[in-house]
Amino acid sequence: MVKEYRTIEEVAGPLMLVKKVEGVKYDELGEIELPDGSIRRCRVLEVNGSNVLVQLFESSAGINLANSKVRFLGHGVELGVSRDMLGRVFNGMGEVIDGGARLLPEKSLNINGNPMNPAARIYPDEFIQTGVSTIDGLNTLVRGQKLPIFSGSGLPHANLGAQIARQARVKGSDDNFAVVFAAIGITYEEADFFISDFKKTGAIDRTVLFVNLASDPAIERITTPRMALTCAEYLAFECNMHVLVIMTDITNYAEALREVSAARKEVPGRRGYPGYLYTDLATMYERAGRKTGSEGSVTMIPILTMPEDDKTHPIPDLTGYITEGQIILSREMYRKGYMPPVDVLPSLSRLKDKGIGEGKTREDHSGVMNQLFSSYARGKEAKELMVVLGEDALTPLDRLYARFADEFEAKYINQGFYENRTIEQTLDIGWELLKILPRSEMKRIKPKILDKYWSES
Amino acid sequence: MTEGKIVKVSGPLVIADGMREANMFDVVRVGNDKLIGEIIEMHGDRASIQVYEETAGIGRADKVVSTDAPLSVELGPGLITSIYDGIQRPLIKMKELWGANILKGADIPALDREKKWGFTSSVKVGDIVTGGDILGVVDENEVIKHKIMLPPKMSGKITKIADGEYTVDEPIGEVALDNGKTHKITLMQKWPVRVARPYATKLPPLEPMITGQRNIDSLFPIAKGGTACVPGPFGSGKTVVQHQLAKWSDVDIVIYIGCGERGNEMTDVLNEFPEITDPRTGESLMKRTVLIANTSDMPVAAREASIYTGITIAEYYRDMGYSVAVIADSTSRWAEALREMSGRLEEMPGEEGYPAYLTSRLAQFYERAGKVVCIGSDGRLGALSAIGAVSPQGGDISEPVSQATLRIVKVFWGLDSSLAYRRHFPAINWLSSYSLYKDRLEDWYINNVSPSWKEYVVEASRVLQAENELDEIVKLVGMDALGAEDRLTLEVARSIREDYLQQDAFDPDDAYTPLKQQNAFLALIFKFREEAKKAIEAGADIEKISSLSVREKIARAKSAPADKYEEIYAEITNEIVEQIGKLINKEGAQW
Repeated sequence: MVKEYRTIEEVAGPLMLVKKVEGVKYDELGEIELPDGSIRRCRVLEVNGSNVLVQLFESSAGINLANSKVRFLGHGVELGVSRDMLGRVFNGMGEVIDGGARLLPEKSLNINGNPMNPAARIYPDEFIQTGVSTIDGLNTLVRGQKLPIFSGSGLPHANLGAQIARQARVKGSDDNFAVVFAAIGITYEEADFFISDFKKTGAIDRTVLFVNLASDPAIERITTPRMALTCAEYLAFECNMHVLVIMTDITNYAEALREVSAARKEVPGRRGYPGYLYTDLATMYERAGRKTGSEGSVTMIPILTMPEDDKTHPIPDLTGYITEGQIILSREMYRKGYMPPVDVLPSLSRLKDKGIGEGKTREDHSGVMNQLFSSYARGKEAKELMVVLGEDALTPLDRLYARFADEFEAKYINQGFYENRTIEQTLDIGWELLKILPRSEMKRIKPKILDKYWSES
Repeated sequence: MTEGKIVKVSGPLVIADGMREANMFDVVRVGNDKLIGEIIEMHGDRASIQVYEETAGIGRADKVVSTDAPLSVELGPGLITSIYDGIQRPLIKMKELWGANILKGADIPALDREKKWGFTSSVKVGDIVTGGDILGVVDENEVIKHKIMLPPKMSGKITKIADGEYTVDEPIGEVALDNGKTHKITLMQKWPVRVARPYATKLPPLEPMITGQRNIDSLFPIAKGGTACVPGPFGSGKTVVQHQLAKWSDVDIVIYIGCGERGNEMTDVLNEFPEITDPRTGESLMKRTVLIANTSDMPVAAREASIYTGITIAEYYRDMGYSVAVIADSTSRWAEALREMSGRLEEMPGEEGYPAYLTSRLAQFYERAGKVVCIGSDGRLGALSAIGAVSPQGGDISEPVSQATLRIVKVFWGLDSSLAYRRHFPAINWLSSYSLYKDRLEDWYINNVSPSWKEYVVEASRVLQAENELDEIVKLVGMDALGAEDRLTLEVARSIREDYLQQDAFDPDDAYTPLKQQNAFLALIFKFREEAKKAIEAGADIEKISSLSVREKIARAKSAPADKYEEIYAEITNEIVEQIGKLINKEGAQW
């Protein structure tokens, strides 16, 4: 028999204090029944003697200290999972909201998951072709990686996210990824863009959507990504699917976390975010990966908007410390009209080295990649110098580099959101551009590779 | 055994009543799942406990049982090649037992209790022994001779000892201690992690820890027994630098602590190290490595403990007379764990919410490094070097953890994001980094590598410094304003940067450069400068000198294999002289 308590003592912001409870556990899920019969949910944040401090997932409006009842359910927040989730839409608490039939869950899983044993991970090294040159060629994505997109307000990160979801393939196979999409506090329009794109391409049938819109309760944003990840882990590790998780926007998530932390009067870390923001983000991001005993994989692309385009803001900063690289979007490229506007130099994929090369992409991949990076960096430096001193001040070689940088942006970075390039096309464009420079500058490419590819075409 | 009841749960912090009998820092088991925790504060009979596992499902009135022992590690044969979590639970065993995820309350001994080790004694009955004395040896693997020592602070007479096959907890002999008691000797001993293992005396570190990394060995060397830190923003290559050090340093044992970092990085080490051959022993690198992995998704309190677990194991091998390196990635995550616990304890925060004792805790950790005369009567030497990565928020090293670390450590390898964007790796900034061991180690380099070592290294730093100044001028008035000599300095600096300092960790030919080759490589670059200077004096065009084809060969000199470099470098030297000589002759003819 579940006990009911009418001992709500305090409600303030997203927090509520309930007195004189018994047997309530840390992190347990609770239900609040309002006088009108409606039900709200809450989670235990602290047990202190016979008092418990709970966090409300929905608004506190209408909660009445005298007449509302609280009961605790004896388990944490859970998500009922099944294969039939594909093609369905859920809210941030895991309830069906597409008007369809209720789901018959195969099992219920705690949304916090269990940490993965590092000794049981399989190192991600299988190349994913996204069809985007700046990712495939320079910041290669592999299966089981977590690679965020750092964007700014007004930049087309949604288009890039949708493009990746649409085009992602493992090389040499036609298998599509199952997509788990978590909308965290984004606007209706943005969510609708993704959903209609998934519908248009037919991807919706292999997509699970978890939607918490800007108008939905902010605190629910704390559970939304965990619901999505629990679903993704189930599909990947128990149904052996390859799952691509797209979560947007992590900034809204961190803000919800800050709201709870501020309400608890915790000592803040930088910019008011709680000191445990790193750990909290890590417990989400680290759920990407592959593990022994399962064929499937969880590949994660979190999207976040950097406040003021500032990469050192705690949210992008701590994300960058956990994820395996980052794709950074640049306002400068966007203004030039180059799509997707990827800022190549600070972007990075940490796992690329083991996912490229012979047998995975092509033997020349790593050489071309390094050469493009260092040549583009030098080209940009030359262009900066040119702005200050004029073209005449450059040596003839630096002038070539400046030209290379321009062409690189126009041809390599710029491809539009609907062009799907194979990795070979991407590499060939790279070679073509490098030929603007003299061969003696190709210091990053091994002589053997250079001999083979420099003369061709 | 004290038993109490929980009154409060807040994340990893649990407060329990009825604990008056328990000791500070005792390990306790919490709740029905028997989660592992440690008492960190006592108020009357209330104990504040930090719990090393996820506390979901714990509630009021759950039991807390003290084990009456502080948090300790098991030290004995079988440590090498293991991978442990922050409180020394064997992760591979846990995988075999419970699958890919870590479940709560796991309680398995760190060392295998079944495995038998062959013990050969080196003392005999009747010998007088004191703490630290070597009683015998176990071949832990082909590389490591695991010396079985009498635990510190004991002395007495051997009354029983026998060679044979033993498990770690079977008695191999007995010592009649001076205090009248009898001590049963086992292959394994326990030691509390928060207490440094004793040594006889500390010595100044005078020998370099050779890493094969050109930037580190020549410009910013670290000594055996020294301390270093690697701060850098994300994406600047901290982890790759740490992995390179773990792979190539000329130490006997490496303890690699993944503290609050990515799970895949540990997997990478686990996959890669067994495949790499240690150039010194010819065996796999894993055979000298112990891994401690408390990744960022694992409970935060155990992250705090992982650093201590790692360094205690390191001290144990140091006590055998080995040279050990502890590599911790990253100490910032450890500091954050301290901060989180401090916040939950409602302590008054210091800077940026970190506890006021952050600096002293960091200092205590790094001070456990050093070159020492070990305890025991044979006066053997051991060294423990500590290298910590620091992950400053936003890459700004004015934050408390970086600043506190810099006050303690002697070597600073500052990683620079602008170098990383240019894919200049290792992205160690040559202007801001420093090593306080440089002067002390000079004699060693001169005696053991080459008399020209100091000259070249100083000259290389000078050229890089000059480049920095010249760059300012170029940015203001353009390259044309520089004289030929200054243009040459820029070219030489570029060569030092791109050819010498850049080193590709993923290219097997480039990942490791022996010291003599490093010296010869610098000689090559300075030979070019010397010849080019002559040519400029003779009126040759700097533009032509810098586009000579031999420069590409200098650039590729880094990937010359260690056994053939002498030949290749001699050839390049000849080409330098020849090609520049041709330029001089041409110019001469025109005149």
